[in-house]
Amino acid sequence: MTLDSNQQVFVNEATELLQELEESLLELENTPDSAELIARVFRAMHTIKGSGAMFGFDNIAALVHSIETAYDMVRSNVICVTKPMLDYSLKACDIIREMLSDPEMRADSPVAVEISEFFTRAANIQKQQVQTEKQPYKTADGVLRTYRITFRPSHNIMMNGTNPSLLLKELAEMGSATVVAHTADVPELNEIQPEGCYLSWDIILTTDKPENDIRDVFIFVEDDAEITIQPVAETFDDREKKLGEILLERGCLTQEQLGEVLNEKKRLGELMVEKGIVSEGAVEAALMEQVHVKNVNEKKTLSAEVTASSIRVPSERLDSLVDLVGELVTVQARLSQVASRKNDQDMLKVAEEVERLVWELRDNTMSIRMLEIGSTFNRFKRLVRDLSAELGKEIELVTFGGETEIDKTVIEKLGDPLVHLIRNSIDHGIEKPEDRIAAGKPAKGHISLQASHSGDSVLIEITDDGRGINRKAVLEKAKAKGLVSENAELSDRDIYDLIFASGFSTAASVSSVSGRGVGMDVVRRNIEALRGTIEINSAEGTGTTIVLKLPLTLAIIDGLLVTIGGQFFILPLSIVNECIEFNRSENRSGSGRRIIMVRNELVPYVPLRGFFDIRGEEPEIQQIVIISVDGRRVGFVVDSVVGDHQTVIKSLGKAFKDIDCISGASVLGDGSVALIIDIMKIYNDIG
Amino acid sequence: MEEKVTGGTDISQVLTFKLADEVYGVDIMSVREVLDFSSVTKVPHTPDFMVGVINLRGNVVPVVDLKKKFRLGDTERTVNTCIIIVEVVIDNESTVLGALADSVQEVVEFEHETIEDAPRIGTHLNTDFIAGMAKKDNGFVIILDVNAVFSMTEIGACTGAAAETAAG
Repeated sequence: MTLDSNQQVFVNEATELLQELEESLLELENTPDSAELIARVFRAMHTIKGSGAMFGFDNIAALVHSIETAYDMVRSNVICVTKPMLDYSLKACDIIREMLSDPEMRADSPVAVEISEFFTRAANIQKQQVQTEKQPYKTADGVLRTYRITFRPSHNIMMNGTNPSLLLKELAEMGSATVVAHTADVPELNEIQPEGCYLSWDIILTTDKPENDIRDVFIFVEDDAEITIQPVAETFDDREKKLGEILLERGCLTQEQLGEVLNEKKRLGELMVEKGIVSEGAVEAALMEQVHVKNVNEKKTLSAEVTASSIRVPSERLDSLVDLVGELVTVQARLSQVASRKNDQDMLKVAEEVERLVWELRDNTMSIRMLEIGSTFNRFKRLVRDLSAELGKEIELVTFGGETEIDKTVIEKLGDPLVHLIRNSIDHGIEKPEDRIAAGKPAKGHISLQASHSGDSVLIEITDDGRGINRKAVLEKAKAKGLVSENAELSDRDIYDLIFASGFSTAASVSSVSGRGVGMDVVRRNIEALRGTIEINSAEGTGTTIVLKLPLTLAIIDGLLVTIGGQFFILPLSIVNECIEFNRSENRSGSGRRIIMVRNELVPYVPLRGFFDIRGEEPEIQQIVIISVDGRRVGFVVDSVVGDHQTVIKSLGKAFKDIDCISGASVLGDGSVALIIDIMKIYNDIG
Repeated sequence: MEEKVTGGTDISQVLTFKLADEVYGVDIMSVREVLDFSSVTKVPHTPDFMVGVINLRGNVVPVVDLKKKFRLGDTERTVNTCIIIVEVVIDNESTVLGALADSVQEVVEFEHETIEDAPRIGTHLNTDFIAGMAKKDNGFVIILDVNAVFSMTEIGACTGAAAETAAG
C-alpha cells in the first residue's frame, strides 16, 4: 500500500499526536489524578482512532479503540490510572508508530492483542465496580475558576504552631494567586506581641481545583480563623456603557471635556476611604481582584489566539526562504556600499531604510526556524524511564529551560549526541540504588537537562548526581591503551579529554547500553560539526556535568573578516579573544618555535599564510588573532584584520568535500567570495 | 559513445571553445551559461587545476582550469578568457561547476553520424574524457564528456591527495 497525500498528512499528524500522548502519559505517571492530563490522553487517542479509520488505517483504529474505552472510564472517574495501564499505553504508542510506517502490519500481532486484551479486561473489571469506586466530590473538569478567599486568623493562631504563610504558599501552588495582606490591625511597635498574629489576608485564586480542595488547605485552622471562600464571576463581556461614553457618542461632550471632568473626579475607592465606609486595605484588595481577573482573562484569550494562528509549512519552503533572505542580505550589503561610494543623500537614505528592513526580515525569518528544545527533551523522559528500569536503577529526569529556542537544523542534529550522553549518565554515572544508599545518597538518582541562552550561543547542561568520573581509572586505561605515555602527568582537563579519544571506554564490561567506546568521540565530532564545544566537569562521588555550547543558528555566523595575501577569510567571532599586532622581525626566533608572549602568557601561534600555502611576500606588520578553546589560547597570524562581518554560510559543494580546514564560504558585499576557516579543525589537527 | 552526446534526434549541438591551440566542445545541454573571467578565490589545500570559487548570483561555484588538468600549460588571463558554467552529475547529484577556457567560439551542429569515437592514440587526453571527435572546417573538435571530466574520482581524488601533501 502506498500512501496518498491525505494519508501522508495523517501520518504526520499522528506522529505528532503520539509524541504529545507519550509526554502526557509520562506526566500522568507522576500525577495520576490530573483531570486535565487524562482528558489530553483521551483526546489524542480519540483523534488517532477517528482519523485513522477515516484514512484506512483500520489496524490502528482497532488497537486504539480498546485503550480509548479504558481511558474514557478513567475520565469519568469510574476507574483509576494504574502503572500497568501506563506501561501498556506506552507500548501501544510504539506499536502505533510501527503501524504508521508499515500500514500492512496487522492489529492481531501478539503484542497488539496483549494490549487490547489488557485494556478490555481493565474496562470490564471496573465496570462492575462503578458504583463503589465513584469519587463523590471532584469537579475534575479541568475548567479554571476564580475564588475570592478571605482568611482572618485569630490573634493567637501562631501559638499552636500554625504558620499562616505556609498556608498561603500552599494556595499559591494550586494555581495563579494574588494575595493582599491587611495591615490595619497591626499595633504600634511597643505594643506588639511577637507571637501574636495581627494580619489578615484576601486571596484571589484562579485554579482548576474544586472548592473542596481549597477548603482542605485550611482544614486545621478552621476553628482558629475566619475563612470565607466565594467563587468570582469572571467575565463582564456585555457591560453597560458608562455615562461618559454615552454622552460622548451623542456629541454632547468632547473627549477633552470628558477628560477634564474625570480628572477632577476622585476615584471611587478614594471617595469611599475618605467617607470612612471601607478601609484602605479593603479597597486595595478589591482593586487587586480586578487586576487579577483581568490578567486571567487576557491569558485565556491569548492562548486561544495562539492555537488559532499556527499553520503547518513544509520545511523545504522555509529553507528556500532562508536562502533567499541570505541572498538579499548580500545584495543589501552591496547596495549600502554603492550608496556610500556615490555619496548621494537620497540614495543613502533609501539604502539605510533597506538595510533596516532586511535585518528585520532576516531576524524574523530566522525566528521562524527556531524551535523550542523542549520537544527534544521530552523524548528523553521515555528513554530514561525505559533504560533505568532495564538496568534496575531508579532515576528521575528533570528538565529546565525547555522553552529555549534553537535552530531547527541544530535541534535535529543534537538528538543523537544527547542520547549518547544521557545513556552514559544512566549507565556509568548513576549507581544502583543499594550502592547509592551505601554512599549516603538517596536511592533515586537524578539527571537534569538544562538549556539556556548565553549570548549568541545556547548552553545545554546534562548533570547527574552519580559516582562521577574516576580520573585515576581513566588515566590507567589510557596508559594501558597506549594513548598517553606511562609516566605522563596530566591535568584534570587533559584527563577528561581522553574520554573523547576514539575507542576509549572505562566500562569493565560491554553492556547493551554502553561500553563499546564508540560514543564520546562521535559525540564530540557531532557537536563540533555544529560549531559547538563540549566540556566535562566532574567531582568523584557527587556527579558529573557535561556542558554543550552550541550556536543559535547554522545558517549565519558572526565572523571576523581578515585578509591573507589579498584574499578574504572569515574566522568565527564567537571563539575570537583578541587581535594583537605582530611584528615579524621582532618575533623571528632562531629555534623556529612559534610562541609569543601576550601579557606574560605564552601563546603558541600558527601562521595561516604558511598553513594555506599562500604565495607572496608577508607584510612587515601582521596581526595575530587569538582564539580560546577549552580555556587554551592559540594565535593565528593573518595579514590584516578588516572587522566583524555577519555572514550567510554557503556550502563549498561536493567538489571540495575533502577540504577540511575550510568549513564554507560567504559572499561579501562587493560580490567576491570569502572562505570561512574551520578553526576548530585546525586547532585539533595541530593540538 | 554517440549516445552520450544528446540534444536532437540525430543532431547534437556543441559549444566549441579553445584550450591552447586546440578546439574542444561540450554538449550544449550541459552548459548553463558563459561568464567573463572575474576574480576567483583560491581554496587552500587544493590541486593547481582547481582555480578556486566564484560567486554566481549568491551561490559559490568551483572553477576548474581544464588546461592545467589536461597538462596543456598555464592559462594566460586575457580579455577572451571565459568561464563556462556546466551542470554535471556527480555521484547521482547534479552539481554546477565552472571550466576555464581561453576563448569561447560558437555553437556548432553535428549530425550523429559525423561524430566518431576518439582514437586510441594521438591525443593528449585520457580517452575516457572524450565523448567523440567531429570534423569542422579543416580541423577536429574534441567533444568532451563533462560528467567524466568532472567526476568525483577526478576532482575528489586529487583534492584529497593534495591536501595530504600540503598537511604532511
